[in-house]
Amino acid sequence: MRRPNFLYMILALGFAFLYVPILLLVIYSFNASRLVTLWGGFSTQWYASLLGNQQLLSAAWLSLQIAALSATGATVLGTMAGMVMARFGRFRGRAIVGALVTAPLVMPEVITGLSLLLLFVSLEDLIGWPEGRGMTTITLAHVTFTMAFVAVIVQSRMASLDESIEEAAMDLGARPAKVFFVITLPIIAPAVVSGWLLAFTLSLDDVVISNFVSGPGATPLPIEIFSSIRLGVTPEINALATIIVGLVSAGILAAGLWSARQERQRRRDEQLARQGAGELMPISSPPQDAPPH
Amino acid sequence: MVQPIRKTTLDPWQDPKEEPYVRIEKVTKKFGDFVAVDDVSLNIYRKEFFSLLGGSGSGKTTLLRMLAGFETPTEGRIFIDGVDMTGVPPYARPVNMMFQSYALFPHMSVEQNVAFGLKQDHVPKDETRRRVAEVLDLVQLGPFAKRRPHQLSGGQRQRVALARSLVKRPKLLLLDEPLSALDKRLRERTAFELVNIQEQVGVTFVMVTHDQEEAMTMSSRIAVMNTGWIAQVGTPAQVYEYPGSRFVAGFIGDVNLFEGIVVEEEPDHILVRSDEVACDLYISHGAVVPRGAKVAVAIRPEKMSVSKEGAAGPGTRNAVVGTVREIAYLGQFSTYLVALDTGKTVRVTMPNTNRAAEMPITWEDRVVVSWRPLAGVVLTQ
Repeated sequence: MRRPNFLYMILALGFAFLYVPILLLVIYSFNASRLVTLWGGFSTQWYASLLGNQQLLSAAWLSLQIAALSATGATVLGTMAGMVMARFGRFRGRAIVGALVTAPLVMPEVITGLSLLLLFVSLEDLIGWPEGRGMTTITLAHVTFTMAFVAVIVQSRMASLDESIEEAAMDLGARPAKVFFVITLPIIAPAVVSGWLLAFTLSLDDVVISNFVSGPGATPLPIEIFSSIRLGVTPEINALATIIVGLVSAGILAAGLWSARQERQRRRDEQLARQGAGELMPISSPPQDAPPH
Repeated sequence: MVQPIRKTTLDPWQDPKEEPYVRIEKVTKKFGDFVAVDDVSLNIYRKEFFSLLGGSGSGKTTLLRMLAGFETPTEGRIFIDGVDMTGVPPYARPVNMMFQSYALFPHMSVEQNVAFGLKQDHVPKDETRRRVAEVLDLVQLGPFAKRRPHQLSGGQRQRVALARSLVKRPKLLLLDEPLSALDKRLRERTAFELVNIQEQVGVTFVMVTHDQEEAMTMSSRIAVMNTGWIAQVGTPAQVYEYPGSRFVAGFIGDVNLFEGIVVEEEPDHILVRSDEVACDLYISHGAVVPRGAKVAVAIRPEKMSVSKEGAAGPGTRNAVVGTVREIAYLGQFSTYLVALDTGKTVRVTMPNTNRAAEMPITWEDRVVVSWRPLAGVVLTQ
C-alpha cells in the first residue's frame, strides 16, 4: 500500500502547487483587514467597495467589450484563413501565406505591440485614422494576434473533415458559398466556437500588446490591475479576481457537463446503429411496441 | 405504309441508330506531368449499368469525377444527353454521385439529407415531402427518416446515400465504389438491390469499382482501365471469355497463358506452338494473326480438365501430361495446380460432381490436362 500513498501524495502536491495560490486569493478577498497578507477576520466589504470602484468596473466592462469584438473579428478572419490553408490546395505562395498566418503565434508580443503602435501612429499621420489610441486600436491589435490561433484550430478541423461531404452538397446543386454556410460551417462550428473562446480569453488577459496601443481614455482591466498593484494590492482586486475565477469555473463546469451528456448520447446512438446493423430490411423486423392482437 | 415498330434493344450499343447518352470524346486529364486519363473515348447508352473497372491509379475515379464536374478535362469533351458538359460546374449538372464514403451530412437527419438536393432546386414543400418519402420507401428506409447518419448501420447509410443521389432523378447516376465499405455478406445482397433499383428507376448508372466480381454481376457493360487508358469495353461475358489483351485476361479472373508462335493460320483454325507446353495449341476459331507471329494463348482454368486417362504428348493437340502439385478443395469445385514436364504450372478448376472421398486424383499423380479447341483465346497484345 505504500506506492499508491506515494502517488496520491505527488498528486496532492501537484494540485496544491496549481490551486493553493488561487485559493489564497479567494480567501483573502473575504479579509477584513486592509493588508493583503494579514488575516483580520471575515468580511465582504471589499465586494461592496468594488461595486463603488467605478474605475475598475469600467476597465472590466471595456475589456469584455474589446474581447468580444476582437474575438468575433478574429474568428471571421481566422476561419477564412484556415479554410484557405486547408482547402485551396497547392496554390502559388502557399508556404508564405501559411508562415505569415501562423507567425503571430511565435512572434514576441513586445515586437507585435511596438510594430502595431508604429503602424497606428503613421496611419493617423497619413489618413487621420485611427484617431489617437483607444478601444479601436486595442481591438484591431487583438484581432491581429488572436486570428492566428483561430486559423490554426479551424485548419486542423478542416483537415479531418471529409472533403466529399462538401462535394456531395455541390453535386446536389448547392453553389460554393451555400455549401460553406449550410454544410461546412455547421459541421466545423465546435472548432469555430472554441476558436472564438480562445481569442476571447487571450484578448481578455493581454497586457503587453494592450500596453503599447492603449491610450489615456481607454484602460483595459489587466493594465488597470497592473498599474494599481504598483501602489500595493488592495483586497478589491482579490474580490474582482474571485468573481472572474467563479465565472470561469462555472463556464468550465457547464462545458464539462454538456460534453458528458454528448458522450452519453453518442453511446446510445452507437448502440442504436449496432442494433440496426443486424437487419437488412427494417420493414421486415417486428415493431417493438406492437400491440398484442 | 406500315410504320416500323421501334425495336427496344437490350443491347443498345449494337444498334447503330441508337444515340449514345453519354459521349466521352478524346478526354485527357493531366495533374502536372502525371497523365491520369489518357485520350479516352467512350459511349454510354441510356439505362445502361456501366462499370469502370481497374486497379488503383488506372484513372477510373478521375474519369468519374470528370463526369460529375469535380475535375475538368485537360483536353477533350464530355456530352450528356447531347449537351456539352465539359465546363459546366457540378451544381449545374443533371448528374448525381454516390460517394465512396457516402458523404452524408452529419448534422442533418436522413430526411433532411435526402431533401437537400430538392431544396437547392426550390421544389415546393409538398412535392419535396412526397418525393423524399417515395425514395426512402424505395430503399426501405421509411422508418428511419428522423434518424441522424451516425445512428445508422453501414448498410443503412449506404442506402441513404443512394436515396439522396436518386431523389433528383438525375440523367446520370455516378457510383464511386458503392459496396466497398460493406462486409461481404451485405455486399452481395446490396449488389442485387442496386441492380433492381436501377431497373425500377430507369436511370443510367456509371459505377467505378476495383472488384471484378462486382463489375461482372452488376454491369451491362464493363470498361477495363489500365494506367489511364481503356484496355477493353464489352459485356461481362465478352470481357471474360474474349479478353483482348494479356492485361485484361490477367485482371479479370484467373488465366493460364502460353507464349508461342503461330505455325498454321486458316480461316477456321489457328495452330500455335509453344515451348511452355509439349503439345500443339489448336484453336478452332479464326483470328487475324499472320503466320510466325508471337502470340499468347489464354485458357481459363475452368475450361481445362484433368484426368488419369487420355493420350498426350508431342504431336497431340490440346492435351499434355503433368504432375499434380496442389489441390485446393473449395466445396463445389476443386482447383488443381499441375506442373507440366516443361516446368510450366497450369491451374485447372473442376466441378466436384462426385464426392470428395471418391476423388480419384491425388497429389503427385501423373495426369493428362486437356481442353477443347474452342477454349483458347489468341492474344497479340
